[in-house]
Amino acid sequence: MALTGIQILKLLPKTNCGECKFPTCLAFAMALAAGKTELDLCPHVSADAKAQLSDASAPPIRQVSIGVDDYGVKIGGETVLFRHEKTFFNKPGIAVLITDAMDDGEVERRLTALEHFQYERVGVTMKPEMAAIKFTGNKDRFMGLVKSALVRPCAVILMCGEAPVMKEALDIVRDKKPLIYGATPDNYEAFGALAKDYGVPLAVVGRGFDEVAALTEKLTAMGLKDLVIDTSTREVRGAFTDQVAIRRAALITKFKPLGFPTITFPCEMTDDPMKETLIASLFVAKYAGIIVLSDLTGETLFPLLLQRLNIYTDPQRPMTTKEGIYPINNPDDNSPVLVTCNFSLTYFIVSGEIENSRVPSWLCIMDTEGLSVMTAWAAGKFVGDLVGSFIKKSGVEEKVKHRSLIIPGYAAAILGDLEEELQGWKIMIGPREAAHLPAYLKTWNS
Amino acid sequence: MAFEIPKIKYTGKIREVQLGTGAKAVRIGGANCYPFHRFEGDMPNVPRVAFEVWDSSPEEWQQWAIEPYGDVLSDPVAWARKCVDTYGAEMIVLQLRSADPNGENKGVEEVVEVVKKVADAIDVPLLVWGTANDEKDGELLRRVAEACEGRNVAVGPVSDKNYKQIGAMAIGYSQVVMASSPIDVNLAKQLNILLGNLGVNEEKVVIDPTTGGLGYGLEYTYSVMERDRMAALTQEDAKLQFPIICNLAPEVWKTRETRLTKDEDPKLGDEKRRSILMEAVTAMTLLVAGADIVVMRHPDSVSLVRDMIGELCA
Ligand code: SF4
Repeated sequence: MALTGIQILKLLPKTNCGECKFPTCLAFAMALAAGKTELDLCPHVSADAKAQLSDASAPPIRQVSIGVDDYGVKIGGETVLFRHEKTFFNKPGIAVLITDAMDDGEVERRLTALEHFQYERVGVTMKPEMAAIKFTGNKDRFMGLVKSALVRPCAVILMCGEAPVMKEALDIVRDKKPLIYGATPDNYEAFGALAKDYGVPLAVVGRGFDEVAALTEKLTAMGLKDLVIDTSTREVRGAFTDQVAIRRAALITKFKPLGFPTITFPCEMTDDPMKETLIASLFVAKYAGIIVLSDLTGETLFPLLLQRLNIYTDPQRPMTTKEGIYPINNPDDNSPVLVTCNFSLTYFIVSGEIENSRVPSWLCIMDTEGLSVMTAWAAGKFVGDLVGSFIKKSGVEEKVKHRSLIIPGYAAAILGDLEEELQGWKIMIGPREAAHLPAYLKTWNS
Repeated sequence: MAFEIPKIKYTGKIREVQLGTGAKAVRIGGANCYPFHRFEGDMPNVPRVAFEVWDSSPEEWQQWAIEPYGDVLSDPVAWARKCVDTYGAEMIVLQLRSADPNGENKGVEEVVEVVKKVADAIDVPLLVWGTANDEKDGELLRRVAEACEGRNVAVGPVSDKNYKQIGAMAIGYSQVVMASSPIDVNLAKQLNILLGNLGVNEEKVVIDPTTGGLGYGLEYTYSVMERDRMAALTQEDAKLQFPIICNLAPEVWKTRETRLTKDEDPKLGDEKRRSILMEAVTAMTLLVAGADIVVMRHPDSVSLVRDMIGELCA
């Protein structure tokens, strides 16, 4: 496990030469223990100490970056088995398969789909981020695909078992820092060399975790760090078990040879695109680093992206929606005005129900630091004078002619104070549950 | 250097609960490992899908949700039979929508009549889901418990506000209670303690953790269930060692993402397939977290989920 600053100090030269840009070895050691600097910045550390230190300071699951800049995907780096124990950090990359056996139209459709299927939600963009380009024997077409992916806004996975072909592809697309897939017991030396020469991450493909672990050890000995692993299991139960086994090996036993993110292939596990989505959702919950899909359609992708967003939401931090006035169903100056808190789940449920009702409405979202209505009220952040002054400065008075405001049923207790603060307004107590909003709004009258 | 999967040390086990009677009775729970972690434990009873049936004709269902049921939607008895006969339902959840004080607000006796008819029409286990209005359910579910004497039905949601009323009748008529708490491990535990103190048999309790649909709080339910299971299986927390039910169908199908058509939002794709997947993905996610029963609507989502349960329990 992680060493303390003092333990690290013992392994340093203790000359305080300052070349690491820290005043003393101790300062450097402390920064290293806190993960704020890199061991490589000390040129004087012995090889032996280096080995000990890098072993101890490395995270249990390597974080691997694929792609560059805006289209880079970070995977791995996870520290827990269950999201409630802390959080999951790096959501699995979602890739679409493109092969040299597909015709131009099909290839173009898939590449376009990668850009097209983007969805805004809670201020984040949900989208698939990778193209998995697979060589199935037609080299010219394969190189053509690699070229067309080069200019696309996505990260790239190159799938090909032949080192010379892979090398040619890398010459085209190396600047995109693709993941190369993959090193097997037969070709690992050549693939290891390629990954090293081109500075790209490498997928390791073995039959089962024993073979994978044996391979990663050899590749690590060659100096490779950025590995992604595939146990080749393509039936649901076995693949699920592998994912759990690998995560546990890395976190519980600190078994280094499996301390890498995984790549999974729901696309090779079924012919039914609906079932493929369910298999993928299993891998979102249980531990995939990359999920390769056979195709992208709105109906199969959207539910999966939403699930990924849910599972990878940090459970330690309440999610918030921006304070402001949200028009729903094209409201006008006679439409009802509602106010609620900025807990994003509240916002989504309330706005969803208003949309369902088809009643044009103005929804005022007040900043309650992400607390729900009841908690915010109890904490004094959703009380009469605060809600009143928010409504006054929100500008909603210019949006509507009437002066009535609907407050959440759970905040009924603020009625008196709010009436005092908002002179001239009629305060109406709405339902407690958002589900009853449609019925309420349909009979609403200012 | 053969590598062994690091095992979790389980010290607890989920209680087994039987629902229904006779040949079609179903046992749930009994696992002594995390969901589908069968390489290190047993799941003697596979998780089940329950079909939902409403006691009054749904008015706001999508065309593509109505399609599989057609004209039986106005007749709960025929609807329940169709689920069993046509779609192979292994259990039915009757959702008492007509009793909702915020809606039709039908009287207790009128609603109980329908419950009895449905109970008499099917041989698979019946679970009766109230309005989530504590007061109304207190009246309604205790009468359901009485009226379904001898059927070993499950009644819920039972809350800390009405557990005495409903619990007492459930004990009297030997029915199962679905103990409901708002997405919170400690509240779930607390209610189970209250039920225990009241005298409810430990083989007669199922937990309802309160279910959030995909995109609408699913992650909260997911993590509360994982915490429940961790406490139950590895920390010997006896008051959490109960099977879990997730009433997900109404949560999923009421969202706007299951209502928008492809014409309205082309990027969301085909509305029918998308809705089916939203339901199936919600169920799959909750099953991985520990659900023993998932309550579902569309027969196609049910087939997908059953197929996955089958593969994971192969
Ligand atoms: S470069 Fe190395 S030896 Fe020099 S001060 Fe920094 S840690 Fe100490």
